[in-house]
Amino acid sequence: MTMDNNTVQNAPKSSGPKFDWSVVSRHGGVFALIAILLFNVLITPNFLHPQTLFVNISQVATIAIVAVGMTLVIATGGIDLSVGAIMALSGALAPLIFTSPFAEANPELGLALSIIVPIIVALACGVFNGALVSLLNVQPIVATLIFFISGRGIALVLTNGNLQTFTNPAFSYLGTGKILGFPFQGYLVVIIAICVWWVMSYTVFGRQLLAVGGNERAAELSGVPVKRVKIGAYVICAGLSGLAGLIVVAINSASDAARIGNLMELDAIAAAVVGGTLLQGGKAPIFGAILGAVIIQLVKYTLLANGVADEVALIAKAGIIVLAVYVQQARKE
Amino acid sequence: MQHLIEMSGIKKSFAGVVALQNANLHIAPGEVHAIIGQNGAGKSTLIKILTGVYRRDAGEVTINGTPSTVSTPREAQDAGIATIYQELSLVPLRSVTENVMMGYEPRTRFGTIDWKAAHKRTREILERFGIDIDVKAQLGSYSTAIQQLVAIARAVSLNAQLVIMDEATSSLDDQEIEILFSVVRELKKEGVAVLYISHFLDELYQICDRVTIMRDGQTVGQRVISETTKLGLISEMLGRDPEEIEAAGMTGLGGGEKAEPGSSLFEAENISTARGLKDVSLTLRKGEIVGLGGLLGSGRTETARALFGLDGLKSGKIDAHGSSGQIGTPAEAIAAGVGFLTEDRKREGIVPHMSVRENMTLALLPKLKTMGMVDRKRETELVERFIKSLGIKTSGMEQPIRELSGGNQQKVLLARWLALEPEVLILDEPTRGVDVGAKFEIQSIIREYVDKGLGVLLISSEFEELVEGADRIVVLRDGFSITELENPGVTEEALIAAIAHHHEEAAA
Repeated sequence: MTMDNNTVQNAPKSSGPKFDWSVVSRHGGVFALIAILLFNVLITPNFLHPQTLFVNISQVATIAIVAVGMTLVIATGGIDLSVGAIMALSGALAPLIFTSPFAEANPELGLALSIIVPIIVALACGVFNGALVSLLNVQPIVATLIFFISGRGIALVLTNGNLQTFTNPAFSYLGTGKILGFPFQGYLVVIIAICVWWVMSYTVFGRQLLAVGGNERAAELSGVPVKRVKIGAYVICAGLSGLAGLIVVAINSASDAARIGNLMELDAIAAAVVGGTLLQGGKAPIFGAILGAVIIQLVKYTLLANGVADEVALIAKAGIIVLAVYVQQARKE
Repeated sequence: MQHLIEMSGIKKSFAGVVALQNANLHIAPGEVHAIIGQNGAGKSTLIKILTGVYRRDAGEVTINGTPSTVSTPREAQDAGIATIYQELSLVPLRSVTENVMMGYEPRTRFGTIDWKAAHKRTREILERFGIDIDVKAQLGSYSTAIQQLVAIARAVSLNAQLVIMDEATSSLDDQEIEILFSVVRELKKEGVAVLYISHFLDELYQICDRVTIMRDGQTVGQRVISETTKLGLISEMLGRDPEEIEAAGMTGLGGGEKAEPGSSLFEAENISTARGLKDVSLTLRKGEIVGLGGLLGSGRTETARALFGLDGLKSGKIDAHGSSGQIGTPAEAIAAGVGFLTEDRKREGIVPHMSVRENMTLALLPKLKTMGMVDRKRETELVERFIKSLGIKTSGMEQPIRELSGGNQQKVLLARWLALEPEVLILDEPTRGVDVGAKFEIQSIIREYVDKGLGVLLISSEFEELVEGADRIVVLRDGFSITELENPGVTEEALIAAIAHHHEEAAA
């Protein structure tokens, strides 16, 4: 059993210099990113224009933030389908709060509440997900399906299904603000990624989370509070989803509960997988997830910018996932 | 006589690390051939080259005199080489028939599976080995032994000329081993060769014809088994002098000074659990090893689970000093100073993706915590110290644990518990699946800590280990603790008699 996981090496008799595929498969994401960038520089008009960069950063931010949370959940061996619905819920709540008479009277407090309350609600959803998974032993895919269905429903009920438009420059800063010319949410992504990476690398919680995903039985027998750790992962994921929901609303200065975070669960899972997260758990490459999100965003943008229909872009996205999983499998041999 | 398998001058390295250099293996048709060697000697690698899992860097392989071109496990199967792995590669939730026929199902005219014929053929195949079971039942509903026999039957039905058994007996009880051996003899009679890999040397003398001995990636000898002694084999395996080994004794647990037993660490009184413990009482004191004797299913592991807080008590009580309240979870047990080295290293021990360092400190994390963070400096020092003092062979503490040999993985897990400085350590088969050298080392480490005051509860299927190692042996049967033997004075015969005697009593 000692050599099981070593790479199978090439036959001894192969002659001449050979292209080493293992390098590509190990850094597949980076190579893919370079390829897409090169393609765009050559083909897409105005790709090197700063405006293109800003558009992409502001759009990739939400995927990246949710993907970081998703990476943690997948690292425990689970999955969270409810991220898009939680985005919708928090995105629907925020305008309700800051357009309320109370908030109009106390603008600062109203603004703070319109950010804090939706995120608290999102965290509560995470507690619910985590409790179902760890305390009641419900399969993660089923447990999170509950909010996947009902979360958006609650959001629609809260807003009567109406599109809420608003003008609130302070709140919109979340989605349209700029620091040194770069979108605010771009900084947010970097800060979140560094924080979560730090947590995973240096804290007891991070270590225990990876142990739970790597071998839950062993972790439990070693005294790891498995249930608490799992709930923690779902709570973080839900909290980040809530934040992403706020950003979407802030970008649009409008909240449409039916559309916020639609299909986000798939983008986030895809970004995590492209970034090298193992679906069976035990690994949490945070920056990989960011890279995955960037790749997915760029592919979407490339196709759109070159006049390919949105529907076709979806197919391309599926292609990326297949490729990423294939590379992951090949690497395991 | 032409050999069935001839492997000579095999070389193989992984990423620059030499796993095999000049390894040879010659198997005659219809013989039972053993490979022995310490973990990491290259047994598994050699076999994986034979079965097409790995490719050799150099050397010759011939099957029936023709050079082998096998490069995938499937091609090995087609060439008549079947492998029965430690972890069965069958589908427990499907029927016996489906497992035996998988990939070779008989078809009806319409292309669907002909179930009648399939069941019939499966029954015929199994009958050859004297196995009479319901072939329509789920494979997983049968014991590991039966499952293993089904795997063998499947292999033979595919016209295997060579059946490779990797640690086939490690999860079987004595009776099941006997059945397996009779199947091996049956295979031999039919001219099928068996390549047998086992850590249990006694087994080799029962069924093997010849043995190939490996050490450090090389074949160091090939012997006719009836012409060798156990001590001779061990010394060749370890590359040490036989007399030296004899002087040291066969296990490293014994030899501790018989100190006065210290104060009591815990007392279990008439405990029972839903998992099959009926009425077990035992006490453990500082600085002693208490063995749990008994057959498979007598309640040894169940006792350990109850003491570690994994199974709730139905009745009785456990009085653990050092814990204020009742132990209900592993975390509470650990906090109370109890450690539990589990039997199933792979499923309940290692976290394969993680490094040696992370695996070793997993249980210690709460104690290494400063403001939520892992104290890396203390962690590194501690891991370094244990790698040194336990002689763990690793390229570094950041090496993934899955790349270590079984014996070294076991040492890392042992360190996981020793690092906690526990008062009580429960060891469930601590040396199972570990080669002779590492076994001795592990036993010596345990003894060293016991001499310093650790209380050990030892579960072992090897009577030798129990008799030589334990200060007292609590004998279990069917969930009851029935008697207690005290060292010095316990012999293997006495232990067997204690178990057997009570069995007769039960029968009467």
